[in-house]
Amino acid sequence: MRGESVFPQLEQLLPLISKPIQYVGGELGAVVKPWESATVRWVLSYPDAYEVGLPNQGVQILYEVLNERADVLAERTYAVWPDLEKLMREHDVPQFTVDAHRAVGDFDLFGLSFSTELGYTNMLTELSLAKIPLIAADRDDSHPIVVAGGHAAFNPEPIADFIDAAVLGDGEEAVLEITDIVAAWKREGSPGGRDEILLRLARTESVYVPRFYDVDYLPDGRIQRVVPNRPGVPFRVHKRTTMDLDAWPYPKKPLVPLAETVHERFAVEIFRGCTRGCRFCQAGMITRPVRERSITTVAQMVHDGLEFSGFTEVGLLSLSSADHSEIGDICSGLADQYEGTNVSLSLPSTRVDAFNIDLAQELARNGRRTGLTFAPEGGSERIRKVINKMVTEEDLIRTVTTAYSNGWRQVKLYFMCGLPTETDEDVLQIARLAHNVIKSGRQATGSKDIRCTVSIGGFVPKPHTPFQWAAMERPEVIDARLKALKNEINSDRSLGRAIGFRYHDGEPSLIEGLLARGDRRVGAVIRKVWEEGGRFDGWSEHFSYRRWVDAAAEVLPGFGVDLDWFTTREREQAEVLPWDHLDSGLDKDWLWQDWQDALTEYEQDDCRWTPCFDCGVCPSMDTQIQIGPTGHKLLPITPVNTGLRVPAGA
Amino acid sequence: MGRTKNQPEGGQAPVVQRVRLRYAKRGPLRFTSHRDFARAIERAIHRAGVPIAFSQGFTPHPKISFASAAPTGVASEAEYLELGLRARVEPEALVKALDAALSPGLDVLDAVEAHAPGSLADRITASRWRVELPGVSDEQLAAAVAAFVAQGEVLVERMTKQGRRTFDTRDAVAAIEAVSSQTSPPGAVGAAPCAILDLVVRQVTPSVRPDDVLSGLRVVADLEPSAPHSLRSARATRLAQGTLTPQGEIVDPLEADRDPVAIGER
Repeated sequence: MRGESVFPQLEQLLPLISKPIQYVGGELGAVVKPWESATVRWVLSYPDAYEVGLPNQGVQILYEVLNERADVLAERTYAVWPDLEKLMREHDVPQFTVDAHRAVGDFDLFGLSFSTELGYTNMLTELSLAKIPLIAADRDDSHPIVVAGGHAAFNPEPIADFIDAAVLGDGEEAVLEITDIVAAWKREGSPGGRDEILLRLARTESVYVPRFYDVDYLPDGRIQRVVPNRPGVPFRVHKRTTMDLDAWPYPKKPLVPLAETVHERFAVEIFRGCTRGCRFCQAGMITRPVRERSITTVAQMVHDGLEFSGFTEVGLLSLSSADHSEIGDICSGLADQYEGTNVSLSLPSTRVDAFNIDLAQELARNGRRTGLTFAPEGGSERIRKVINKMVTEEDLIRTVTTAYSNGWRQVKLYFMCGLPTETDEDVLQIARLAHNVIKSGRQATGSKDIRCTVSIGGFVPKPHTPFQWAAMERPEVIDARLKALKNEINSDRSLGRAIGFRYHDGEPSLIEGLLARGDRRVGAVIRKVWEEGGRFDGWSEHFSYRRWVDAAAEVLPGFGVDLDWFTTREREQAEVLPWDHLDSGLDKDWLWQDWQDALTEYEQDDCRWTPCFDCGVCPSMDTQIQIGPTGHKLLPITPVNTGLRVPAGA
Repeated sequence: MGRTKNQPEGGQAPVVQRVRLRYAKRGPLRFTSHRDFARAIERAIHRAGVPIAFSQGFTPHPKISFASAAPTGVASEAEYLELGLRARVEPEALVKALDAALSPGLDVLDAVEAHAPGSLADRITASRWRVELPGVSDEQLAAAVAAFVAQGEVLVERMTKQGRRTFDTRDAVAAIEAVSSQTSPPGAVGAAPCAILDLVVRQVTPSVRPDDVLSGLRVVADLEPSAPHSLRSARATRLAQGTLTPQGEIVDPLEADRDPVAIGER
């Protein structure tokens, strides 16, 4: 029977595997509804291990938004580790939800949120365990409609064969609209089956249904064109933008897991979008414009979320939290309210700006001092102009020295390697910068007891950014530069001892690059890798570069292309990119101009405090910048301890 | 250890009341590990507004101490912990507030203010367990139990953090009995039999857990459930833990605090 619990079968397997608690649910905030009470049933997944997937904000928000509707039920599923996957196959236990342990294949809609492309193989595991055909074209009316979302959905072409639909942009309103369309279709008796419901969704112009588009290729392997193959299907699909975040104060009831997860805190998104214009940053490009949550809503969410969850840590999240127009008042107001309690407040990695030290000081008033992280991203002044990270060396030294003088013993610095136009010298400059940080810090504090950690990530060019045309650097070059950098840092032993060095090898980045800018032909590589055992590719201990390279070498030559063609090849202006029919609002001509500006090291300001530079988003999406200040202040009161909260009626 | 010069200024409020609680770990949430439960109870304490006291120092910890916890995967009706509070509460209200703040399946059952001397751990010398064995018939189990009882020593092996260890399971077993099963447990596949074992095990070092006794039954009598079951899918529940009396009963460790006078007279 549909909707029946598979827990009795699963329960037999749980004593045989590691960390069974991650599969039993029982979180605070979890919702279990009777199967028959709902017209439309969603299963949502973040296709990674429970410990990573559970804290995901996107899934938590959609879960709550959907479950607030009486005629809808939403449950969650996560990727199972290989030990359980093996047993599930042996004992014929299907992919299940953690809420009511229902079979994923029983639901109407299966929504997957991808914040990284490395989750694609896990999606195939989930589909296969759910007994849903891997290829969308092989599914019938009994199977759920598989919908992809999240940042990676801005180029879903590599997974076009496996998904039925993709939604670009903010999900809060989109899931409700999809729900309404599916509910109406079901009430009519599901006329026309799967094809008809997908067509209805496609006609909204904000749901992308890959099967309704044909891709033609040129003899040299480039795309000739992507065109709809059905009447009524739009040429371009547009992203969704939720305006007025104060009207969507989710999560209100954050999920509190029993199992240990990667983030054990209540996170409040203080604004969405970013117009700093860092050219490598896909998030900053596809989430425009900036929409702030007001200081009063933020404070209310913090209060309610802490009371509901019992968390003692609050993260004030966004793409660049110090940029909120009232961040000073938010930090001091919250610090006042929670002074003397055991609640700790934190801002994620921040811009290089001494103002951030003041904020961090405010938040540390409560005793617990969180780490300070700055992201100059590029080692040389020149490369920082290329990526539009407007930070001078002087800014950095002043900021970090202020941090040391104010009692921080350790700061973290983030950089990237493999950026467009980068030379060995640009990377070696990171060592000089780190040396200067330590020297100035020692001078300012008169102490040798200060440290910094240099953390390096590999650059991956992403769709809908000015760097979408850029060539990737080869992994051997990246690894050689990192090795040289390490030697350079340690060339001065006294300074080198105070500098920690963390980095990722170039190989995983290359594969991420293949998946990020791939087209439909890459789907065969993903499938091959999965068949060869590829799982949890975001985990270094599970990722196999060899497996990806071999699969690409086997599959891609049949299409007249190869791994290099997708990764280390620079694209020209006229080339049709696989995601050109997916509209993020950004004007392609503006992106190209910004790419040219990058190459000539010309910087671009932020439209929040300089005139509009016509990136194209606001007019094409009918949106506008929403920022304060509102002028409101938080009342300087400490929450009164009201004693035991005994539930009414108990 | 005394205060060092590096201690932060000011202090945490002192403990004015100690409350001891009994709680259960039931159904699917029996897979909660001890670490998981420790985090859950901390959050429940915050949610419920319990005036918990904190330790001194740079990273103050809430004053919670646990008595011996059941292994992950084993259900329990009798787990115990003690809270140090900076303000007095009614134990009954505490039970209601904490129970409401925990996930269903982690259920707070009882609380008393600590009066009598001695810690909870001092009062726990044995546990009573009930083990359901899907795929094992009553006769099979009865024969295995008889063989086990007849031995003076039953050595088993288990992987511990220190590596593979061999130890005796017979001596720690104060009572062992095959209970006649009438019905299959929920979720049992088809008409598979499901024998039930009733077990009283003394607290010893290294600890002897219900699964060690099952290993012992396998050693002495080749006890193996019929496929697809395995001994590892046995469902164990701790029914009680406390002081084992000469009569073979287990006294709830909260009893002593309920009637401090009686303890004094003993």
